[in-house]
Amino acid sequence: MATPEQRVTERVEGAVQAPASSEPAPKLTFEAKNVSIWYGQKRAIDNVSLNILSKAVTAIIGPSGCGKSTFLRALNRMHELTPKTRMEGTVLLHGENLYSKTVDPAIVRRRVGMVFQKSNPFPTMTIGENVIVGLRLNGVRNQKFLNERLEKSLRMAALWDEVKDDLHKPGTSLSGGQQQRLCIARALAVEPEVILMDEPCSALDPIATAKIEELINELKAQYTIVTVTHNMQQAGRISDYTAFFYLGRLIEFGPTTAIFTNPTERQTEDYITGRFG
Amino acid sequence: MRSKRTDNHTWRKIKSALASTTAFVSAILVILPLGLVFFHLLVNGITSVNWDFFTKLPAPVGEVGGGMANAIVGSLELLAIAGVIGIPVGVLGGVYLAEYGSARINSVLRFLADVLNGIPSITWGVVVYGLVVLRFKSFSVLAGGLALALIMIPLILRTTEEVVLLVPNGYREAALALGVSRWQTIVHIVMKTASKGIITGILLALARIGGETAPLLFTAFGNRFWNHSLTQPIAALPLQIFTYAISPYDDWHRQAWAGALVLVTGIFFVNITVRILTRGRGASVA
Repeated sequence: MATPEQRVTERVEGAVQAPASSEPAPKLTFEAKNVSIWYGQKRAIDNVSLNILSKAVTAIIGPSGCGKSTFLRALNRMHELTPKTRMEGTVLLHGENLYSKTVDPAIVRRRVGMVFQKSNPFPTMTIGENVIVGLRLNGVRNQKFLNERLEKSLRMAALWDEVKDDLHKPGTSLSGGQQQRLCIARALAVEPEVILMDEPCSALDPIATAKIEELINELKAQYTIVTVTHNMQQAGRISDYTAFFYLGRLIEFGPTTAIFTNPTERQTEDYITGRFG
Repeated sequence: MRSKRTDNHTWRKIKSALASTTAFVSAILVILPLGLVFFHLLVNGITSVNWDFFTKLPAPVGEVGGGMANAIVGSLELLAIAGVIGIPVGVLGGVYLAEYGSARINSVLRFLADVLNGIPSITWGVVVYGLVVLRFKSFSVLAGGLALALIMIPLILRTTEEVVLLVPNGYREAALALGVSRWQTIVHIVMKTASKGIITGILLALARIGGETAPLLFTAFGNRFWNHSLTQPIAALPLQIFTYAISPYDDWHRQAWAGALVLVTGIFFVNITVRILTRGRGASVA
Protein backbone atom coordinates (compact mmCIF):
# COMPACT_ATOMS: atom_id res chain seq x y z
CA MET A 1 0.00 0.00 0.00
CA ALA A 2 1.47 3.32 -0.99
CA THR A 3 1.46 6.06 1.61
CA PRO A 4 -0.57 9.14 0.82
CA GLU A 5 2.67 11.05 0.18
CA GLN A 6 3.79 8.47 -2.35
CA ARG A 7 0.45 8.47 -4.04
CA VAL A 8 0.51 12.21 -4.41
CA THR A 9 4.07 12.18 -5.67
CA GLU A 10 3.57 9.28 -8.06
CA ARG A 11 0.65 10.92 -9.66
CA VAL A 12 2.50 14.15 -9.99
CA GLU A 13 5.58 12.52 -11.48
CA GLY A 14 3.35 10.73 -13.94
CA ALA A 15 1.88 14.02 -14.97
CA VAL A 16 5.27 15.67 -15.30
CA GLN A 17 6.80 12.85 -17.30
CA ALA A 18 3.98 12.62 -19.77
CA PRO A 19 4.88 15.67 -21.88
CA ALA A 20 8.45 14.39 -22.34
CA SER A 21 7.16 11.72 -24.68
CA SER A 22 4.80 14.06 -26.47
CA GLU A 23 4.76 14.33 -30.21
CA PRO A 24 5.39 17.65 -31.91
CA ALA A 25 1.62 18.14 -32.21
CA PRO A 26 0.27 20.21 -29.29
CA LYS A 27 -1.02 18.04 -26.50
CA LEU A 28 -4.59 18.29 -25.40
CA THR A 29 -5.52 18.58 -21.75
CA PHE A 30 -9.29 18.78 -22.11
CA GLU A 31 -11.52 17.62 -24.88
CA ALA A 32 -15.08 18.76 -24.31
CA LYS A 33 -17.50 17.09 -26.69
CA ASN A 34 -21.06 18.29 -27.24
CA VAL A 35 -21.42 19.58 -23.70
CA SER A 36 -24.84 20.90 -22.75
CA ILE A 37 -25.77 21.91 -19.22
CA TRP A 38 -29.15 22.78 -17.76
CA TYR A 39 -30.01 24.49 -14.51
CA GLY A 40 -33.52 23.21 -13.98
CA GLN A 41 -35.28 24.15 -17.22
CA LYS A 42 -32.74 26.76 -18.23
CA ARG A 43 -30.07 25.71 -20.67
CA ALA A 44 -26.83 27.36 -19.63
CA ILE A 45 -24.49 25.63 -22.08
CA ASP A 46 -25.61 24.61 -25.52
CA ASN A 47 -23.69 21.89 -27.30
CA VAL A 48 -20.16 23.17 -26.76
CA SER A 49 -17.17 21.27 -28.10
CA LEU A 50 -13.80 22.69 -27.23
CA ASN A 51 -10.24 21.40 -26.96
CA ILE A 52 -7.92 22.94 -24.43
CA LEU A 53 -4.21 22.72 -25.04
CA SER A 54 -1.65 21.73 -22.44
CA LYS A 55 0.75 24.20 -20.84
CA ALA A 56 -1.02 27.19 -22.25
CA VAL A 57 -3.44 29.76 -20.95
CA THR A 58 -6.91 29.57 -22.40
CA ALA A 59 -9.19 32.50 -21.68
CA ILE A 60 -12.96 32.21 -21.79
CA ILE A 61 -14.63 35.54 -22.53
CA GLY A 62 -18.17 36.65 -23.09
CA PRO A 63 -20.87 38.85 -21.59
CA SER A 64 -22.43 38.10 -18.20
CA GLY A 65 -24.67 35.07 -18.20
CA CYS A 66 -23.14 33.58 -21.33
CA GLY A 67 -22.24 30.37 -19.52
CA LYS A 68 -18.49 30.86 -19.31
CA SER A 69 -18.31 30.16 -15.59
CA THR A 70 -20.61 27.18 -15.95
CA PHE A 71 -18.40 25.74 -18.65
CA LEU A 72 -15.30 26.31 -16.53
CA ARG A 73 -16.92 24.59 -13.57
CA ALA A 74 -17.89 21.67 -15.77
CA LEU A 75 -14.17 21.04 -16.31
CA ASN A 76 -13.78 19.86 -12.70
CA ARG A 77 -17.39 18.95 -11.99
CA MET A 78 -17.90 21.89 -9.65
CA HIS A 79 -21.12 22.78 -11.44
CA GLU A 80 -22.63 19.63 -9.93
CA LEU A 81 -22.74 21.40 -6.56
CA THR A 82 -25.55 23.57 -7.86
CA PRO A 83 -28.85 21.77 -7.26
CA LYS A 84 -30.89 20.56 -10.22
CA THR A 85 -28.13 20.60 -12.81
CA ARG A 86 -28.17 18.21 -15.70
CA MET A 87 -25.42 17.62 -18.21
CA GLU A 88 -25.02 15.93 -21.56
CA GLY A 89 -21.84 15.27 -23.49
CA THR A 90 -18.40 14.29 -22.31
CA VAL A 91 -15.29 15.99 -21.02
CA LEU A 92 -12.02 14.13 -21.43
CA LEU A 93 -9.01 14.97 -19.29
CA HIS A 94 -5.92 13.53 -20.95
CA GLY A 95 -8.23 11.19 -22.80
CA GLU A 96 -10.08 10.02 -19.70
CA ASN A 97 -13.79 10.74 -19.32
CA LEU A 98 -14.32 12.87 -16.22
CA TYR A 99 -17.98 11.99 -16.17
CA SER A 100 -17.76 8.21 -16.36
CA LYS A 101 -19.69 6.55 -13.57
CA THR A 102 -16.59 5.10 -11.94
CA VAL A 103 -14.88 8.48 -11.52
CA ASP A 104 -15.06 10.14 -8.12
CA PRO A 105 -15.58 13.92 -8.43
CA ALA A 106 -13.14 14.43 -5.53
CA ILE A 107 -10.38 12.81 -7.62
CA VAL A 108 -11.29 14.97 -10.61
CA ARG A 109 -10.99 18.08 -8.45
CA ARG A 110 -7.65 16.98 -7.05
CA ARG A 111 -6.35 16.82 -10.62
CA VAL A 112 -8.11 19.99 -11.74
CA GLY A 113 -7.69 22.73 -9.16
CA MET A 114 -9.64 25.94 -8.98
CA VAL A 115 -9.22 29.55 -7.92
CA PHE A 116 -12.30 31.62 -7.34
CA GLN A 117 -13.39 35.16 -8.02
CA LYS A 118 -13.49 36.09 -4.37
CA SER A 119 -10.42 35.01 -2.44
CA ASN A 120 -11.53 32.52 0.18
CA PRO A 121 -8.73 31.48 2.55
CA PHE A 122 -10.20 29.47 5.42
CA PRO A 123 -10.78 31.90 8.29
CA THR A 124 -10.02 29.35 11.01
CA MET A 125 -6.56 28.57 9.63
CA THR A 126 -3.18 30.23 9.55
CA ILE A 127 -1.42 31.13 6.31
CA GLY A 128 0.62 27.94 6.53
CA GLU A 129 -2.35 25.73 7.34
CA ASN A 130 -4.29 27.21 4.45
CA VAL A 131 -1.62 26.17 1.98
CA ILE A 132 -1.37 22.54 3.05
CA VAL A 133 -4.98 21.94 4.04
CA GLY A 134 -5.68 20.07 0.80
CA LEU A 135 -2.84 17.63 1.47
CA ARG A 136 -3.74 17.26 5.15
CA LEU A 137 -7.36 16.47 4.48
CA ASN A 138 -6.29 14.04 1.76
CA GLY A 139 -4.39 12.12 4.42
CA VAL A 140 -0.81 13.39 4.16
CA ARG A 141 0.77 13.33 7.64
CA ASN A 142 4.50 13.52 6.90
CA GLN A 143 5.50 16.87 8.38
CA LYS A 144 8.72 17.18 6.37
CA PHE A 145 6.84 16.59 3.14
CA LEU A 146 4.20 19.12 4.17
CA ASN A 147 6.80 21.75 5.04
CA GLU A 148 8.57 21.30 1.72
CA ARG A 149 5.33 21.51 -0.19
CA LEU A 150 4.31 24.56 1.83
CA GLU A 151 7.40 26.51 0.83
CA LYS A 152 7.35 25.30 -2.75
CA SER A 153 3.72 26.24 -3.26
CA LEU A 154 4.15 29.67 -1.71
CA ARG A 155 7.24 30.29 -3.85
CA MET A 156 5.36 29.29 -6.99
CA ALA A 157 2.54 31.62 -6.01
CA ALA A 158 5.12 34.42 -5.58
CA LEU A 159 4.06 34.88 -1.99
CA TRP A 160 6.86 33.22 -0.02
CA ASP A 161 9.01 36.29 0.49
CA GLU A 162 6.05 38.29 1.74
CA VAL A 163 4.73 35.76 4.25
CA LYS A 164 7.61 33.48 5.23
CA ASP A 165 7.88 35.10 8.69
CA ASP A 166 4.11 35.21 9.21
CA LEU A 167 3.08 31.67 8.43
CA HIS A 168 1.33 31.36 11.79
CA LYS A 169 -0.83 34.43 11.21
CA PRO A 170 -4.44 34.00 10.06
CA GLY A 171 -4.86 33.68 6.30
CA THR A 172 -7.46 36.40 6.44
CA SER A 173 -4.89 38.90 7.78
CA LEU A 174 -3.37 39.29 4.31
CA SER A 175 -4.34 41.91 1.76
CA GLY A 176 -6.82 41.05 -0.97
CA GLY A 177 -4.18 40.37 -3.60
CA GLN A 178 -2.08 38.33 -1.17
CA GLN A 179 -5.14 36.33 -0.18
CA GLN A 180 -5.76 35.49 -3.80
CA ARG A 181 -2.15 34.35 -4.23
CA LEU A 182 -2.56 32.34 -1.03
CA CYS A 183 -5.55 30.64 -2.65
CA ILE A 184 -3.43 29.95 -5.72
CA ALA A 185 -0.73 28.46 -3.47
CA ARG A 186 -3.38 26.34 -1.77
CA ALA A 187 -4.54 25.07 -5.16
CA LEU A 188 -0.93 24.40 -6.25
CA ALA A 189 -0.07 22.49 -3.07
CA VAL A 190 -2.06 19.42 -4.10
CA GLU A 191 -0.14 19.53 -7.41
CA PRO A 192 -3.03 19.49 -9.83
CA GLU A 193 -2.57 19.04 -13.56
CA VAL A 194 -4.77 21.98 -14.46
CA ILE A 195 -5.75 25.19 -12.74
CA LEU A 196 -9.10 26.75 -13.44
CA MET A 197 -9.50 30.40 -12.57
CA ASP A 198 -12.90 32.02 -12.34
CA GLU A 199 -12.29 35.75 -12.78
CA PRO A 200 -9.36 35.63 -10.36
CA CYS A 201 -8.62 39.35 -10.55
CA SER A 202 -12.05 40.91 -10.70
CA ALA A 203 -12.00 41.85 -7.00
CA LEU A 204 -8.42 43.15 -7.04
CA ASP A 205 -6.79 46.51 -7.64
CA PRO A 206 -4.56 47.02 -10.71
CA ILE A 207 -1.28 46.34 -8.90
CA ALA A 208 -2.52 43.10 -7.36
CA THR A 209 -4.00 42.19 -10.74
CA ALA A 210 -0.66 42.72 -12.44
CA LYS A 211 0.99 40.38 -9.95
CA ILE A 212 -1.56 37.64 -10.54
CA GLU A 213 -1.22 38.04 -14.30
CA GLU A 214 2.53 37.75 -14.03
CA LEU A 215 2.06 34.67 -11.91
CA ILE A 216 -0.27 33.10 -14.46
CA ASN A 217 2.36 33.70 -17.09
CA GLU A 218 4.96 31.87 -14.98
CA LEU A 219 2.68 29.01 -14.03
CA LYS A 220 1.87 28.08 -17.61
CA ALA A 221 5.33 26.57 -17.98
CA GLN A 222 4.12 23.76 -15.74
CA TYR A 223 0.35 23.91 -15.76
CA THR A 224 -2.54 24.11 -18.11
CA ILE A 225 -4.55 27.15 -17.12
CA VAL A 226 -8.10 27.98 -18.06
CA THR A 227 -9.38 31.33 -16.93
CA VAL A 228 -12.66 33.14 -17.18
CA THR A 229 -12.40 36.88 -17.48
CA HIS A 230 -14.62 39.86 -18.01
CA ASN A 231 -11.66 41.97 -18.88
CA MET A 232 -10.84 41.90 -22.56
CA GLN A 233 -7.45 43.52 -22.17
CA GLN A 234 -6.58 40.92 -19.59
CA ALA A 235 -7.55 38.10 -21.93
CA GLY A 236 -5.33 39.72 -24.54
CA ARG A 237 -2.40 40.05 -22.14
CA ILE A 238 -2.39 36.67 -20.48
CA SER A 239 -3.90 34.10 -22.78
CA ASP A 240 -2.58 32.03 -25.66
CA TYR A 241 -6.03 30.89 -26.75
CA THR A 242 -9.38 32.57 -26.40
CA ALA A 243 -12.86 31.11 -26.46
CA PHE A 244 -15.76 33.49 -26.95
CA PHE A 245 -19.07 32.37 -25.45
CA TYR A 246 -22.40 33.98 -26.13
CA LEU A 247 -25.80 32.84 -24.83
CA GLY A 248 -24.44 29.46 -23.80
CA ARG A 249 -22.83 28.71 -27.14
CA LEU A 250 -19.21 28.73 -28.18
CA ILE A 251 -19.07 31.33 -30.92
CA GLU A 252 -15.40 31.28 -31.73
CA PHE A 253 -12.21 29.69 -30.49
CA GLY A 254 -8.63 30.18 -31.59
CA PRO A 255 -5.26 31.70 -30.81
CA THR A 256 -5.78 34.91 -28.85
CA THR A 257 -3.97 37.04 -31.40
CA ALA A 258 -6.23 35.78 -34.17
CA ILE A 259 -9.41 36.26 -32.14
CA PHE A 260 -8.45 39.79 -31.20
CA THR A 261 -7.06 40.99 -34.51
CA ASN A 262 -9.02 39.02 -37.01
CA PRO A 263 -12.15 37.39 -35.64
CA THR A 264 -14.10 35.35 -38.15
CA GLU A 265 -17.46 35.77 -36.44
CA ARG A 266 -19.34 39.02 -36.45
CA GLN A 267 -20.51 38.57 -32.82
CA THR A 268 -16.95 38.12 -31.62
CA GLU A 269 -15.85 41.27 -33.33
CA ASP A 270 -18.77 43.22 -31.93
CA TYR A 271 -18.01 42.00 -28.43
CA ILE A 272 -14.28 42.61 -28.39
CA THR A 273 -14.62 46.00 -29.95
CA GLY A 274 -17.05 46.89 -27.21
CA ARG A 275 -20.18 47.20 -29.30
CA PHE A 276 -22.11 45.11 -26.80
CA GLY A 277 -21.59 43.26 -23.52
CA MET B 1 -43.25 78.25 4.69
CA ARG B 2 -40.30 78.79 6.90
CA SER B 3 -42.25 78.51 10.14
CA LYS B 4 -44.03 75.39 8.94
CA ARG B 5 -40.75 73.71 8.31
CA THR B 6 -39.55 74.61 11.81
CA ASP B 7 -42.78 73.24 13.29
CA ASN B 8 -42.28 70.05 11.42
CA HIS B 9 -38.82 69.79 12.74
CA THR B 10 -39.90 70.28 16.34
CA TRP B 11 -42.64 67.69 16.02
CA ARG B 12 -40.12 65.26 14.58
CA LYS B 13 -37.79 65.84 17.47
CA ILE B 14 -40.60 65.16 19.94
CA LYS B 15 -41.56 61.97 18.14
CA SER B 16 -37.96 60.84 18.13
CA ALA B 17 -37.54 61.58 21.84
CA LEU B 18 -40.79 59.77 22.60
CA ALA B 19 -39.74 56.69 20.65
CA SER B 20 -36.32 56.45 22.23
CA THR B 21 -37.74 56.97 25.72
CA THR B 22 -40.30 54.21 25.19
CA ALA B 23 -37.59 51.89 23.94
CA PHE B 24 -35.37 52.72 26.90
CA VAL B 25 -38.15 52.11 29.43
CA SER B 26 -39.01 48.81 27.75
CA ALA B 27 -35.41 47.75 27.92
CA ILE B 28 -35.31 48.54 31.63
CA LEU B 29 -38.55 46.58 32.14
CA VAL B 30 -36.90 43.59 30.47
CA ILE B 31 -33.85 43.69 32.70
CA LEU B 32 -35.75 44.60 35.88
CA PRO B 33 -37.12 41.10 36.69
CA LEU B 34 -33.64 39.63 36.34
CA GLY B 35 -32.26 42.20 38.74
CA LEU B 36 -35.11 41.69 41.19
CA VAL B 37 -34.83 37.91 41.10
CA PHE B 38 -31.12 37.98 41.62
CA PHE B 39 -31.40 40.52 44.42
CA HIS B 40 -34.07 38.51 46.16
CA LEU B 41 -32.05 35.31 45.84
CA LEU B 42 -29.00 37.04 47.24
CA VAL B 43 -30.86 38.48 50.23
CA ASN B 44 -32.58 35.23 51.12
CA GLY B 45 -30.02 32.70 50.05
CA ILE B 46 -26.56 34.06 50.64
CA THR B 47 -26.57 33.26 54.37
CA SER B 48 -27.16 29.58 53.68
CA VAL B 49 -24.52 29.29 50.95
CA ASN B 50 -21.65 27.97 52.99
CA TRP B 51 -19.14 25.15 52.98
CA ASP B 52 -21.71 22.70 54.35
CA PHE B 53 -24.09 23.52 51.53
CA PHE B 54 -21.59 22.28 48.95
CA THR B 55 -20.21 19.33 50.89
CA LYS B 56 -22.98 17.79 53.01
CA LEU B 57 -25.99 15.65 52.36
CA PRO B 58 -29.43 16.98 53.30
CA ALA B 59 -30.00 16.76 57.03
CA PRO B 60 -32.76 14.45 58.28
CA VAL B 61 -36.10 16.07 59.04
CA GLY B 62 -36.00 17.99 62.27
CA GLU B 63 -32.25 18.48 62.25
CA VAL B 64 -30.89 21.87 61.25
CA GLY B 65 -28.05 22.21 58.74
CA GLY B 66 -26.94 19.85 56.01
CA GLY B 67 -26.35 20.73 52.38
CA MET B 68 -27.10 19.89 48.78
CA ALA B 69 -23.85 18.23 47.72
CA ASN B 70 -25.69 15.25 46.29
CA ALA B 71 -28.05 17.48 44.32
CA ILE B 72 -25.22 19.54 42.86
CA VAL B 73 -23.34 16.43 41.78
CA GLY B 74 -26.62 14.92 40.62
CA SER B 75 -27.40 17.90 38.40
CA LEU B 76 -23.94 17.70 36.85
CA GLU B 77 -24.36 13.98 36.29
CA LEU B 78 -27.75 14.47 34.64
CA LEU B 79 -26.34 17.25 32.45
CA ALA B 80 -23.46 14.98 31.44
CA ILE B 81 -25.79 12.18 30.42
CA ALA B 82 -28.12 14.58 28.62
CA GLY B 83 -25.08 16.03 26.84
CA VAL B 84 -23.72 12.65 25.81
CA ILE B 85 -27.05 11.77 24.22
CA GLY B 86 -28.24 15.19 23.12
CA ILE B 87 -25.15 16.96 21.78
CA PRO B 88 -24.18 14.46 19.05
CA VAL B 89 -27.75 13.94 17.92
CA GLY B 90 -28.53 17.66 17.94
CA VAL B 91 -25.32 18.75 16.23
CA LEU B 92 -25.37 16.03 13.58
CA GLY B 93 -29.06 16.60 12.95
CA GLY B 94 -28.45 20.32 12.54
CA VAL B 95 -25.58 19.68 10.14
CA TYR B 96 -27.79 17.32 8.17
CA LEU B 97 -30.49 19.96 7.87
CA ALA B 98 -28.00 22.58 6.73
CA GLU B 99 -25.88 20.46 4.41
CA TYR B 100 -27.88 17.49 3.15
CA GLY B 101 -31.43 16.49 2.55
CA SER B 102 -33.98 17.82 0.11
CA ALA B 103 -35.56 21.21 0.59
CA ARG B 104 -39.01 19.70 1.14
CA ILE B 105 -38.00 17.08 3.72
CA ASN B 106 -35.87 19.67 5.50
CA SER B 107 -38.69 22.15 5.82
CA VAL B 108 -40.81 19.40 7.40
CA LEU B 109 -37.97 18.46 9.79
CA ARG B 110 -37.41 22.09 10.66
CA PHE B 111 -41.10 22.57 11.41
CA LEU B 112 -41.17 19.46 13.60
CA ALA B 113 -38.09 20.63 15.50
CA ASP B 114 -39.80 23.94 16.17
CA VAL B 115 -42.89 22.11 17.41
CA LEU B 116 -40.67 20.01 19.69
CA ASN B 117 -39.08 23.18 21.03
CA GLY B 118 -42.52 24.40 22.01
CA ILE B 119 -43.60 21.29 23.88
CA PRO B 120 -43.96 21.90 27.64
CA SER B 121 -41.06 20.25 29.40
CA ILE B 122 -43.22 18.20 31.74
CA THR B 123 -44.46 16.33 28.68
CA TRP B 124 -40.98 14.96 28.18
CA GLY B 125 -41.00 13.75 31.77
CA VAL B 126 -44.28 11.90 31.16
CA VAL B 127 -43.00 10.43 27.89
CA VAL B 128 -39.81 9.13 29.47
CA TYR B 129 -41.77 7.89 32.48
CA GLY B 130 -43.92 5.83 30.15
CA LEU B 131 -41.11 4.59 27.95
CA VAL B 132 -38.28 4.03 30.42
CA VAL B 133 -39.33 4.26 34.05
CA LEU B 134 -42.34 1.94 33.73
CA ARG B 135 -40.47 -0.56 31.62
CA PHE B 136 -37.52 -0.84 33.98
CA LYS B 137 -39.70 -0.33 37.05
CA SER B 138 -37.34 2.27 38.48
CA PHE B 139 -36.71 5.98 38.48
CA SER B 140 -33.14 6.48 37.35
CA VAL B 141 -30.33 8.80 36.36
CA LEU B 142 -30.60 7.49 32.81
CA ALA B 143 -34.30 8.29 32.58
CA GLY B 144 -33.68 11.83 33.90
CA GLY B 145 -30.76 12.37 31.52
CA LEU B 146 -32.82 11.11 28.60
CA ALA B 147 -35.71 13.45 29.41
CA LEU B 148 -33.29 16.39 29.50
CA ALA B 149 -31.60 15.21 26.28
CA LEU B 150 -34.94 15.18 24.49
CA ILE B 151 -35.45 18.82 25.40
CA MET B 152 -31.93 19.65 24.35
CA ILE B 153 -31.92 17.98 20.92
CA PRO B 154 -34.29 20.28 19.02
CA LEU B 155 -32.66 23.33 20.62
CA ILE B 156 -29.16 22.34 19.53
CA LEU B 157 -30.43 21.13 16.18
CA ARG B 158 -31.88 24.49 15.25
CA THR B 159 -28.97 26.62 16.47
CA THR B 160 -26.46 24.33 14.76
CA GLU B 161 -28.39 24.48 11.52
CA GLU B 162 -28.52 28.26 11.65
CA VAL B 163 -24.82 28.79 12.27
CA VAL B 164 -23.81 26.16 9.70
CA LEU B 165 -25.95 27.91 7.10
CA LEU B 166 -24.10 31.13 7.91
CA VAL B 167 -20.82 29.67 6.65
CA PRO B 168 -20.27 31.21 3.20
CA ASN B 169 -20.50 28.78 0.32
CA GLY B 170 -17.10 29.92 -0.93
CA TYR B 171 -15.40 27.90 1.81
CA ARG B 172 -17.24 24.73 0.87
CA GLU B 173 -16.36 25.23 -2.78
CA ALA B 174 -12.73 26.00 -1.96
CA ALA B 175 -12.39 22.77 -0.01
CA LEU B 176 -14.24 20.63 -2.53
CA ALA B 177 -12.10 22.13 -5.32
CA LEU B 178 -9.03 20.78 -3.50
CA GLY B 179 -10.42 17.29 -3.91
CA VAL B 180 -11.47 17.08 -0.28
CA SER B 181 -14.43 14.78 0.22
CA ARG B 182 -17.84 16.08 1.15
CA TRP B 183 -17.89 14.87 4.77
CA GLN B 184 -14.33 16.07 5.41
CA THR B 185 -15.29 19.45 4.02
CA ILE B 186 -18.24 19.52 6.38
CA VAL B 187 -16.27 18.38 9.44
CA HIS B 188 -12.98 20.19 8.94
CA ILE B 189 -14.04 23.32 7.12
CA VAL B 190 -17.72 24.05 7.65
CA MET B 191 -18.14 22.87 11.24
CA LYS B 192 -14.79 24.28 12.23
CA THR B 193 -15.75 27.66 10.82
CA ALA B 194 -19.06 27.49 12.65
CA SER B 195 -17.62 25.96 15.83
CA LYS B 196 -18.07 29.01 18.02
CA GLY B 197 -21.72 29.19 17.10
CA ILE B 198 -22.22 25.46 17.60
CA ILE B 199 -20.59 25.58 21.05
CA THR B 200 -22.69 28.59 21.95
CA GLY B 201 -25.83 26.67 21.03
CA ILE B 202 -24.72 23.71 23.14
CA LEU B 203 -23.95 25.88 26.17
CA LEU B 204 -27.25 27.71 25.93
CA ALA B 205 -29.10 24.40 25.70
CA LEU B 206 -27.20 23.10 28.76
CA ALA B 207 -28.07 26.27 30.66
CA ARG B 208 -31.68 25.83 29.70
CA ILE B 209 -31.98 22.20 30.84
CA GLY B 210 -29.86 22.85 33.93
CA GLY B 211 -32.82 24.63 35.46
CA GLU B 212 -35.50 22.19 34.31
CA THR B 213 -37.52 20.65 37.13
CA ALA B 214 -40.68 19.25 35.61
CA PRO B 215 -39.10 16.62 33.37
CA LEU B 216 -37.13 15.26 36.34
CA LEU B 217 -40.13 14.88 38.68
CA PHE B 218 -40.92 11.35 37.59
CA THR B 219 -37.71 10.37 35.87
CA ALA B 220 -34.74 11.25 38.08
CA PHE B 221 -37.21 11.55 40.96
CA GLY B 222 -34.79 12.96 43.54
CA ASN B 223 -32.81 11.30 46.26
CA ARG B 224 -31.79 12.40 49.74
CA PHE B 225 -28.60 10.39 49.60
CA TRP B 226 -25.72 9.85 47.23
CA ASN B 227 -26.57 8.00 44.08
CA HIS B 228 -24.33 5.06 43.28
CA SER B 229 -25.92 3.66 40.14
CA LEU B 230 -27.17 4.99 36.84
CA THR B 231 -30.29 2.88 37.24
CA GLN B 232 -31.25 4.42 40.58
CA PRO B 233 -33.00 7.72 41.39
CA ILE B 234 -30.79 10.75 41.76
CA ALA B 235 -31.07 14.20 43.28
CA ALA B 236 -30.94 17.33 41.15
CA LEU B 237 -30.64 20.93 42.22
CA PRO B 238 -33.95 22.15 40.76
CA LEU B 239 -35.76 19.11 42.19
CA GLN B 240 -34.28 19.69 45.61
CA ILE B 241 -35.27 23.35 45.46
CA PHE B 242 -38.80 22.32 44.54
CA THR B 243 -39.04 19.78 47.39
CA TYR B 244 -37.61 22.18 49.95
CA ALA B 245 -39.63 25.17 48.80
CA ILE B 246 -42.97 23.39 49.27
CA SER B 247 -41.92 21.93 52.64
CA PRO B 248 -43.19 23.39 55.95
CA TYR B 249 -39.73 23.89 57.48
CA ASP B 250 -38.00 27.28 57.66
CA ASP B 251 -34.55 25.75 57.48
CA TRP B 252 -35.46 23.95 54.26
CA HIS B 253 -36.83 27.18 52.83
CA ARG B 254 -33.49 28.86 53.48
CA GLN B 255 -31.73 26.00 51.77
CA ALA B 256 -34.09 26.27 48.79
CA TRP B 257 -33.12 29.94 48.43
CA ALA B 258 -29.47 29.00 48.58
CA GLY B 259 -30.00 26.27 45.99
CA ALA B 260 -31.75 28.71 43.66
CA LEU B 261 -28.95 31.20 44.10
CA VAL B 262 -26.32 28.60 43.23
CA LEU B 263 -28.31 27.40 40.22
CA VAL B 264 -28.93 30.89 38.85
CA THR B 265 -25.28 31.83 39.39
CA GLY B 266 -24.20 28.70 37.51
CA ILE B 267 -26.45 29.50 34.57
CA PHE B 268 -25.27 33.09 34.71
CA PHE B 269 -21.67 31.93 34.31
CA VAL B 270 -22.56 29.69 31.38
CA ASN B 271 -24.10 32.72 29.70
CA ILE B 272 -21.04 34.82 30.41
CA THR B 273 -18.90 32.10 28.83
CA VAL B 274 -21.13 32.28 25.79
CA ARG B 275 -20.68 36.05 25.63
CA ILE B 276 -16.91 35.69 25.79
CA LEU B 277 -16.94 33.01 23.11
CA THR B 278 -19.05 35.05 20.75
CA ARG B 279 -17.09 38.23 21.23
CA GLY B 280 -15.63 39.50 17.97
CA ARG B 281 -18.39 37.67 16.16
CA GLY B 282 -17.87 39.86 13.15
CA ALA B 283 -14.30 38.72 12.65
CA SER B 284 -15.03 35.13 11.79
CA VAL B 285 -18.29 33.44 11.03
CA ALA B 286 -20.77 32.75 13.83
